[in-house]
Amino acid sequence: MRGPAFLEKLEAALPGAVTGRNLEALDPWIEVAPERIADVSRWLKESSEPRFDALECVTAVDWCEPDPKKAAKVAWQPRIEMVYHLWSTAARVSLVLKATLPRWKNDTPGELPEIPSVAGVWRTADWHEREVFDMSGVNFIGHPDQRRILCPEDWEGYPLRKDYEMPLEYHGIRGR
Amino acid sequence: MAQLIDDDPRIIEFDVRTDEMLVNMGPQHPSTHGVLRLVLRTDGEIVSQVEPHIGYLHRCAEKIGENLSARQWIPYTDRMDYLAAMNMNLGWALAVEKLMKHEVSEKARHLRVLIAELGRVASHLVGMGAYGLDLGTFSPFLYAFREREKILDLFEEACGARLTYSYITVGGLTADLPPGWLDKCEAFLEQFEPVIQEYHALLTTNAIFVKRTAGIGVLSREMAIDYGCSGPVLRGSGVDQDMRRDGESIYTAMYDGYAFEVAVWKDGHYPRDHTYPAVPADAVLGDCWHRFFVRMLEVVQSIDLIRQAIDRYSACKGPLGEPLKLTEKIPAGDAYLETECPKGQMGFYVVGDGTPIPWRVRARSSSFSNLSVVHELCRGCLIADVPAIVGSLDIVMGEIDR
Repeated sequence: MRGPAFLEKLEAALPGAVTGRNLEALDPWIEVAPERIADVSRWLKESSEPRFDALECVTAVDWCEPDPKKAAKVAWQPRIEMVYHLWSTAARVSLVLKATLPRWKNDTPGELPEIPSVAGVWRTADWHEREVFDMSGVNFIGHPDQRRILCPEDWEGYPLRKDYEMPLEYHGIRGR
Repeated sequence: MAQLIDDDPRIIEFDVRTDEMLVNMGPQHPSTHGVLRLVLRTDGEIVSQVEPHIGYLHRCAEKIGENLSARQWIPYTDRMDYLAAMNMNLGWALAVEKLMKHEVSEKARHLRVLIAELGRVASHLVGMGAYGLDLGTFSPFLYAFREREKILDLFEEACGARLTYSYITVGGLTADLPPGWLDKCEAFLEQFEPVIQEYHALLTTNAIFVKRTAGIGVLSREMAIDYGCSGPVLRGSGVDQDMRRDGESIYTAMYDGYAFEVAVWKDGHYPRDHTYPAVPADAVLGDCWHRFFVRMLEVVQSIDLIRQAIDRYSACKGPLGEPLKLTEKIPAGDAYLETECPKGQMGFYVVGDGTPIPWRVRARSSSFSNLSVVHELCRGCLIADVPAIVGSLDIVMGEIDR
């Protein structure tokens, strides 16, 4: 896993999918174009050497500074970064996949950014993606049952986003 | 929103056939290990579908973590898996230390092993006792809690708390052990080891227990890995994986030099370093009985580890070291670390941005993935098997909902 050979095979099998990499980081990662994430995942699970048969964690990191004065000073671009932590049971190595999404689709607030679901590749992604949808508002295309998992079904807003504001009230209970 | 509720039947009720029943094992239920709602669609006594609803214990720990420094977030990890809070603290502390590239002293490492394994014993005692309670037998529950009380007394002497310790912290531990603690711990182990045979007689080899768990809820290897199961659920299906041996180097370094056998069925048998009851004829690898048995084996392995840790901690000459400052800066970058907690592999992901407050914290809960497999396991079982299956997964809602 820790070698350019593995990455060469991936790039040969799926040209254009890998858009960045840092194999010397603390947790070696490769960045994948969002629309190709399902193809890359399937390749990593089925055709790669070692086979990454376990998806450990799906996280969405919201890079957004809600305070406009501080936002002018940050070095990074506002985006949502999807981070997938993979594990190979046979080889006992891990790999991180990252994908960068815009915070809102077409920069329209309210329109959720989209990424293909990997629930067809690893069945554990079903619940992890439901949680990311619930907490960070990412739309997973092709997810079998995308609905909120931790918040109540009729909750509005995506709590883990940095610009989230608690609703004023929820069914008569004061929010803030 | 109102229109969505009217149009989408999944939200309020399933489309129920006239000969099917919808049974709700509601959030308050003695057998669901916390606030878990299971909606069963049954045809008489046979369950055709189980749908778990979670989120009743969601306390937004991850959002809170974006406003607190790493050390300040330790108490929130306590409240995730509150039955094994020491291991939760350890997981988060190690994840942050991995990102900071900070190494704790050798004495602290041995003490962490000691405390973590004692926490594993305490958690498995609850898992075992509560499982008996789910199946209807009250005595093992009380016997297990009698032993657990002694462990909680030891923890109370060490750090002042019985359930939510915040003892293991970023950079080491908050305080060293009080004098006389190691002797009390050894006395507890001396007294506890023969009691485990009682539990084997009460549950493991009990004909009724075997009838209710053997062959029930069989989880295959491939399904276990695909659903992200970990810990005893994974090892009960025969997958040889234990993060204490296979995980990140910062974690396996803690267990370097400790002799222990991973409790997994390999080459046709479980580890032979201790004597265990024989596997019943009806038990199939991957069923509830095997998941339960793996926990019993792990208790014995943990006792060995605790004894080794006591020796190595006592022999260690160096200082324990101080934990890091409350406002220690977290370097920019991200780190993910999974530790072998009693319920499974608990992962912590921390994204730092150079300030003491992390940008994002994520707790990847083992019980979350373990519970997701219940709808596969419960297909076609009887209603009475549902608590047997859910109990064998040994979930805790604090961890699932965070």
